[in-house]
Amino acid sequence: MAVATKAKSQTAKQPTKLKPQKISGAEIVYRSLEREGVKYVFGHPGAILLTVLDLFLKRSKIKHLLIRHEQCAAHMAEGYARASGEVGVCLTTSGPGATNLITGITDAYMDSIPIVCFTGQVATSMVGNDAFQEADIVGMTRTITKHNYLVKSTDDLAETIQEAFYIARTGRPGPVLVDLPKDVLLGDGDYQLPEKVDLRGYKPTTKGHPRQIQRVAEAIEKSKQPLLYVGGGAIHAEAHPEIVKLAETAEIPVTYTLLGAGAFPSAHELSLGMLGMHGTAYANYATMECDLLIAVGARFDDRVTGKVSEFATRAKIIHIDIDPTAIGKNKTADIPVVGDARQVLVEVNKLIKPQERPLWKKRIQNLRTEYPLTFDSPEGAPIKPQEAIVALSEEVGDKAIITTEVGQHQMWAAQFYNFTFPRQFISSGGLGTMGFGFPAAIGVALARPDKLAIDIAGDGSFQMVMQEIATAVQYDIPVKVFLLNNATLGMVRQWQDLFMDRRFSEVDFESSPDYVKLAEAFGASGRRIVDKDDIRPAIQEMINTPGPFILDVIVDPDELVFPMVPAGGATKDMIVRDSRKKILQGKLSALPDN
Amino acid sequence: MRQVYSILVNNHAGVLSHVAGLFTRRGYNIESIAAGPTEDTTITRIVIVAIGEENELDQIAKQLRKLYDVREVEQISYNQAVTRELVLATIKAPITKRSEIIQLANAFGAQVINMTDDTVTLEASGNDHKVRTLLKAFEGYGISQMARTGMISLPYDGMPEDWEPIA
Repeated sequence: MAVATKAKSQTAKQPTKLKPQKISGAEIVYRSLEREGVKYVFGHPGAILLTVLDLFLKRSKIKHLLIRHEQCAAHMAEGYARASGEVGVCLTTSGPGATNLITGITDAYMDSIPIVCFTGQVATSMVGNDAFQEADIVGMTRTITKHNYLVKSTDDLAETIQEAFYIARTGRPGPVLVDLPKDVLLGDGDYQLPEKVDLRGYKPTTKGHPRQIQRVAEAIEKSKQPLLYVGGGAIHAEAHPEIVKLAETAEIPVTYTLLGAGAFPSAHELSLGMLGMHGTAYANYATMECDLLIAVGARFDDRVTGKVSEFATRAKIIHIDIDPTAIGKNKTADIPVVGDARQVLVEVNKLIKPQERPLWKKRIQNLRTEYPLTFDSPEGAPIKPQEAIVALSEEVGDKAIITTEVGQHQMWAAQFYNFTFPRQFISSGGLGTMGFGFPAAIGVALARPDKLAIDIAGDGSFQMVMQEIATAVQYDIPVKVFLLNNATLGMVRQWQDLFMDRRFSEVDFESSPDYVKLAEAFGASGRRIVDKDDIRPAIQEMINTPGPFILDVIVDPDELVFPMVPAGGATKDMIVRDSRKKILQGKLSALPDN
Repeated sequence: MRQVYSILVNNHAGVLSHVAGLFTRRGYNIESIAAGPTEDTTITRIVIVAIGEENELDQIAKQLRKLYDVREVEQISYNQAVTRELVLATIKAPITKRSEIIQLANAFGAQVINMTDDTVTLEASGNDHKVRTLLKAFEGYGISQMARTGMISLPYDGMPEDWEPIA
């Protein structure tokens, strides 16, 4: 009797110690997304995801967009992340759904963009059995993600998703993939989370070392001809106000990389525009003449440095980056500073005294006048792509966020659009993914409804992803395609023009769609222009027409991008202006390395 | 130059291939790799010996530290750590040479673990130098089969901080 009573009192006590209620894996996924503040999920369904998809029907906090091809889901998530600074999310099924994401994930990895990709997976008992629609996506994406997970138990799901978002957005941002087996989604598990994510082995350094910061300030003070070289990391770190402050206080001219465009106003008197292979001549010459190069969130990419042993040879190098592996990888840094670009520059700015550098400023001014960024537009000639971009910049200016595809049009956009704020220019830099810009613009439009999302596109790139017009129309996303149509793959054609004796092999499109009819077929609008006089009215029509719009601008296919530092060449080998005949006879006719 | 990396990683599936993949991706050859549990069951120690230029070897260490499952990376200098390797080798040993071979094995503190009419199988362990010397000594007789564990390593405890490494 006594025993029985004891047992009873024990069971009576237990409810106070009740384990947290188990919920389904799908429910955990949805709640986790809610907790991370996710507003949009770019996805494509599959049978494995049924239980998760069902929740998007029942609830309305998170909007799921049904995209038409998974690669574009990743690019849309990237566009969303690049425009907002928040983590972009995609959700695709197993097998082909997962493998189709790979290009987008690689693109995000190369440009350090925070996205989290959820992929369905066959049930854990089937993994490794070559089951229907099975792919080892964790193995495949190991080298292109910051981290990835195969979730093996529903109990681990909540914590894994929390970690995935944390890893994606902290330190040097990047893509994270979470693979979700069917049974993990179907099963029940704990929804229990630690208050703070604490990962042994992952502790990014954000605060610069005080001694190094002191050395930076001293080097700037001593320098006669300093130059700021700003990369995409400055934008991720929201370092732009500090860059403007540093540049103005210590009178330092600023050049930026393709991904750094927008971190410093293009039209600022201290701005030299973009540097590198297709950078301005004056920015590139400034790198040759400067005695101090201050790299902020940039990685001395080969498209920036050309022949790296001859890059900025007179300069002492300061390298500020959150990723220690970026420092000293391509170019030895004299003063390395590991830390968040904004936090480091805040400290540097505390030590900086106002300085004037009239001689250096004058020299820069002379370079600017001597080697201006120009193009010819003879009367009666076809529309030059550069003038179309200048017109677009003047007509829409800071009302727009610009995305681009990859190729000549991308370089012209970076050269000729007048960027005024960070995250205004969104482009595929490291990977150079054709077909990036249009889906990215859809992500941009959702992230920044206050701005106009315009994809400056080439026709080669756009043809890779044009099925997504359907997505834009379905959700009434007012994305605009400013299509610079030269009916050829212009950048490859340019190399054939310069280095292959104008033998144009496999670049010209002998058949192209009618882009206006194409837009209409999808339920969008479009217009084609061939005359210079029509550019500005057509731009107005494009921005005033509600919904997706394709403006098909027929441009001169023979136009080349200049300046150009041939691949593998040094900055001094830069071809400043179009002088094709000379080049073909000269030493540059040899085929470059890559 | 040769570099010994002592890497502590989370004991998760796929970590070894992740670590090894990092070397492959940069085109470096791994001379040896040895992995096994540590005093903490959640942690595995991987010891890798790789050959490369000095700045490349440093870059690898930085890249390794970036991996989420990597806890610690030590680039070990030769005189700051104890390193050992286990070798099993079958030596061609006709009766006439047998006693000579066993004598030589004794000199290295190697043990005979199998013997046939014309072979002797030896087990030996030692640091890099000893293993090389031993293999060189037996080369002349002919080594018909060999297996090596690859180097494992632990830093010497209590090394003064100002101890200058020699190599």
